[in-house]
Amino acid sequence: MTVTNLDNLQATTQESVLMRTEQLSLSYGKKIAFEDVSIAINQSKITALVGPSGCGKSSFLSCLNRLTDLIDNCRVTGRIFLEKWDVMNRQIDTIALRRRVGHIFQKPNPFPLDLWKNFAFPLKEHGVKNRQEIDLIVERVLKDVGLWHEVKDRLKDSALALSGGQQQRLCIARALALEPEVLLMDEPCSALDPISSGVVEDLIASLRQKYAVLVVTHNLAQAKRIADYVGVFWVRDNRGKLIEFGEAKQVFESPQHDLTAAYISGHRG
Amino acid sequence: MKQEIIKSPISTILVWLVAVLVTGTFAWILGDIIFHGVGGISWEFLTTAPEDAGRSGGIGPILVSTGLILAVAMGVSVPLGVGTAILLAEFTSATNWFGRFVRRSLDILAGVPSIVFGLFGNAFFAKTLGLGFSILSGGLTLACMVLPILIRSAEEGLRGVPDELRLGAAALGLSRTATLFHLLLPAAIPGLLVGLVLGIGRAIAETAALVFTSGYVARMPQSLLDSGRSLSIHIFDLSMNISGGDTNAYGSALVLVILFLMINATAAWLAHQSSSKYNDSYQFR
Repeated sequence: MTVTNLDNLQATTQESVLMRTEQLSLSYGKKIAFEDVSIAINQSKITALVGPSGCGKSSFLSCLNRLTDLIDNCRVTGRIFLEKWDVMNRQIDTIALRRRVGHIFQKPNPFPLDLWKNFAFPLKEHGVKNRQEIDLIVERVLKDVGLWHEVKDRLKDSALALSGGQQQRLCIARALALEPEVLLMDEPCSALDPISSGVVEDLIASLRQKYAVLVVTHNLAQAKRIADYVGVFWVRDNRGKLIEFGEAKQVFESPQHDLTAAYISGHRG
Repeated sequence: MKQEIIKSPISTILVWLVAVLVTGTFAWILGDIIFHGVGGISWEFLTTAPEDAGRSGGIGPILVSTGLILAVAMGVSVPLGVGTAILLAEFTSATNWFGRFVRRSLDILAGVPSIVFGLFGNAFFAKTLGLGFSILSGGLTLACMVLPILIRSAEEGLRGVPDELRLGAAALGLSRTATLFHLLLPAAIPGLLVGLVLGIGRAIAETAALVFTSGYVARMPQSLLDSGRSLSIHIFDLSMNISGGDTNAYGSALVLVILFLMINATAAWLAHQSSSKYNDSYQFR
């Protein structure tokens, strides 16, 4: 049994959809990374994308804030909407788009500056110039990610001196400082040790209250723990496809697709 | 990680021999210059004008001319070089035809003998632009000569900055200009400094290109349009054309070597400062 794209959308139309894609495809040169992916990302929900490596999950994420613009040889077709806003339109202000849609990478990537400047630099570029105001934002977002008490006395130290888990939380805080509406997270825990990974996972779960979160993960157990909606990517004919999308409970308990069933039971993938 | 040590005695001896040969040659040259030159150096030697065609007296005006020529050369080539490097590294892809064309041209230019640069400088700066034999002509000629070195090492420095920094900055909605000035250039500073040292090294040692452009005049220069004799030309002149000039030639050579070692050490120290601030933790995380 196959799931059509319309079904994917209907699964979530009751909720408040913040961002959606319609038949999105991406190719690097002649190689198609994924095609025909239509999903909806809901306000105050966590949507997880799972599936084996190389099926285009990370590339899909990069389309949503047009980070694909920076990659040579990369072509995206289909449509993306952020509320009523046509993200694929060449004329749109990508700087404003990326402020509304934050992106957390697999490998923590703090800037090689001190902690405070990691926040001040992007904030200043986005027009927040007042020092006191920046200080307030830094304190608020660092508290949000549970890092404030660990680093409040070392704001002048290099961000690279932090541990991997702290760096990742710093990067999340840095994204939150710009007050995004959507957070894209590309395997945010996979480069971390188990304890840091647990801390970051709890953090992601708590972000649900304020943000629409789209998280790519290899970790099915993690998706089960935190996701409200789950999309399953799979490689077919050498290209990524979204084979199933729906509420997490439904996907995990009564998957519609044979491959999904095999994947979540551990037989495939 | 401990490397496996090569046990073969022959290869051990060979490797050591090569290392000893390289350092030995350098030590010999340096020792010879110090041995012959150190007696001639004094505060007076550094500040007074040469007399009797350089056989006696000092190198004051020559130091000033050298400094001015270097300042002109670096003042022109560094901004141009860094700008070109930014264009090549950040605004053209590695496979772009224009970038490849520029890069290939630079490699060829870097291999052109300095005497050719001298003739070009003489024809273009001294004659066509009417600058005559002057510090300006010499400095501009040297600028052309060191540009390829500066550009390539600055470009390498920029390309060495991890892409995750560019993507991370773009994902936060930062413009390319802001990313360039706040993140990429600071991270590329060690590479830029290496280029600067190589460039200064080549410029300060240059003789052939200056013979035709900045000239021989050993007087204290009054302006950039005056002819001025550089240290390297002074050494060349004393040892080749002036009988009895050897002592002062050695003295000048020692000054030149010390100058270059000082520039080198300063740059190494600066590179260390900035890399311990920016890059180390990236590489060894």
